[in-house]
Amino acid sequence: MVTKRVKFTFPQELIKEPVIYKLGVDFGIVTNIRRADIRDDMGWVVLELEGESGVVDDGLKWVISTGVRVDPIAGDIIEG
Amino acid sequence: MPHVKCLQCRECKSEYPIEPLNACEFCFGPLEVSYDYDAVAKSVSRKSIESGPNTMWRYHDFLPVEKESAVDISTGFTPLIHAKNLGRQLGLDHLYIKNDSVNPTFSFKDRPVSVTTTKALEFEFEVLACVSTGNLMGSVAAHGAKAGMETMVFYPADLEQGKIQGAAVYGPTMVAVEGTYDQANRFCSELADAHSWAFVNINMRPYYAEGSKTLGYEVAEQLGWKAPDHCVVPGASGELHTKIWKGLEEFQGAGLIDKAKTKMHLAQAEGCAPIVEAFESGNTQVKPVRPRTIAKSLAIGNPAAGPYSLEVLRDTGGTGVFAYENSIIDGIRLLAETEGIFTETAGGVVISSLKRLVKQGKIKKDEVTVAFVTGNGLKTLEAMGDFVAPIETKPDLDTFQTKLSNRRD
Ligand SMILES: Cc1ncc(COP(=O)(O)O)c(C=O)c1O
Ligand SMILES: [Zn+2]
Repeated sequence: MVTKRVKFTFPQELIKEPVIYKLGVDFGIVTNIRRADIRDDMGWVVLELEGESGVVDDGLKWVISTGVRVDPIAGDIIEG
Repeated sequence: MPHVKCLQCRECKSEYPIEPLNACEFCFGPLEVSYDYDAVAKSVSRKSIESGPNTMWRYHDFLPVEKESAVDISTGFTPLIHAKNLGRQLGLDHLYIKNDSVNPTFSFKDRPVSVTTTKALEFEFEVLACVSTGNLMGSVAAHGAKAGMETMVFYPADLEQGKIQGAAVYGPTMVAVEGTYDQANRFCSELADAHSWAFVNINMRPYYAEGSKTLGYEVAEQLGWKAPDHCVVPGASGELHTKIWKGLEEFQGAGLIDKAKTKMHLAQAEGCAPIVEAFESGNTQVKPVRPRTIAKSLAIGNPAAGPYSLEVLRDTGGTGVFAYENSIIDGIRLLAETEGIFTETAGGVVISSLKRLVKQGKIKKDEVTVAFVTGNGLKTLEAMGDFVAPIETKPDLDTFQTKLSNRRD
């Protein structure tokens, strides 16, 4: 089992999609939401995912393919 | 480190011990160093600071490390220049340039990296690492060398040669990651979990960020213990912008300056301005963008400190402003031609944005304004394009005189 901390950023057209629900139902990934901010025109959710390692990666690939942006929490990186 | 209390979550305010941690266990929010400000105020005075070294370490009371062990390559206390020529062109009587491009590795990054490297030694890390698009990795490599640490720098493989060689010379392990900067980032956040390295901009981030406060302190001290009316700060993650303000607020809290009424303006490049766009549309959230800008050092599409930078803009009455892509080089040349300072693209963004702020009436003629020049032009020569048109002459007086008068016509 692995856990991953990630941030999903939803564009307006995907806010109503049950992406997180599907991660649970279709992939068997346990999701645990820690913080979120959803507005009319965009939204983000910070959450922890837990599941078999290949499955979590597949789930994240699917999330990205829907158009949701996925960023790692540790990679909350500042740069120059 | 007598004045440090703990790490504290910026969102839910949970407290953590002083350890290499960057995210809150509860809400995954970013952690920040929290101080005992009463103790700070008791231990510092204008005099004690003035008698300190001519580096950023004169402000060690406000930093989260032991000063005795500071890894210092003589960073900070950079010039604050009264820019009379540029000021005249823009119609400002009290324009100052904070020239932070003259730090040891030629950018302001030496400030945060000096603090982080010191902290990494305190935590007894043996490996110092970072992921970078250039300025950061040069600084990390230099500080790692000075500290005698093994150093690893990760960068997207297609980076400019100047930045690669400018880091490699200090002898780190260079890791060219295939793909974009974004991909290098993701890869490094996995590495940070897998290895116990001091990743400057990942697990060491709370300490890293503190170093940039010294820019705020210095400007206030150099203005004669006064906060300016305006600061114009370049923004990528937005961290620098928030930390300069934090520096001014802390100075005020310690009684070193009067109440700061500084308007903290944020300058981004047109091709990557997610914070400015959120500011303009009145959002408290930042919508990530895909960067398309020549200002590569500012090319962060999903700025980690974006919401906090927006808060600073609103709290201080600052303006988020972007520089048109085709005006960035003009900004670089204007500063060079008026003040003799050659800055990189981030500085071009600042100068060009400053011009727009004046035009919009946001900055008045008699107000004290500081423009932050944070990186050196020699690092981004490629961006300048082909702008040199020399007079080509034989070593012969007549030929030269003719060509010169043609040029002057
Ligand atoms: C030269 C220069 N100026 C300004 C910045 C912006 O800093 P921040 O990411 O803290 O907004 C950077 C890097 O990110 C930089 O390299
Ligand atoms: Zn928290």
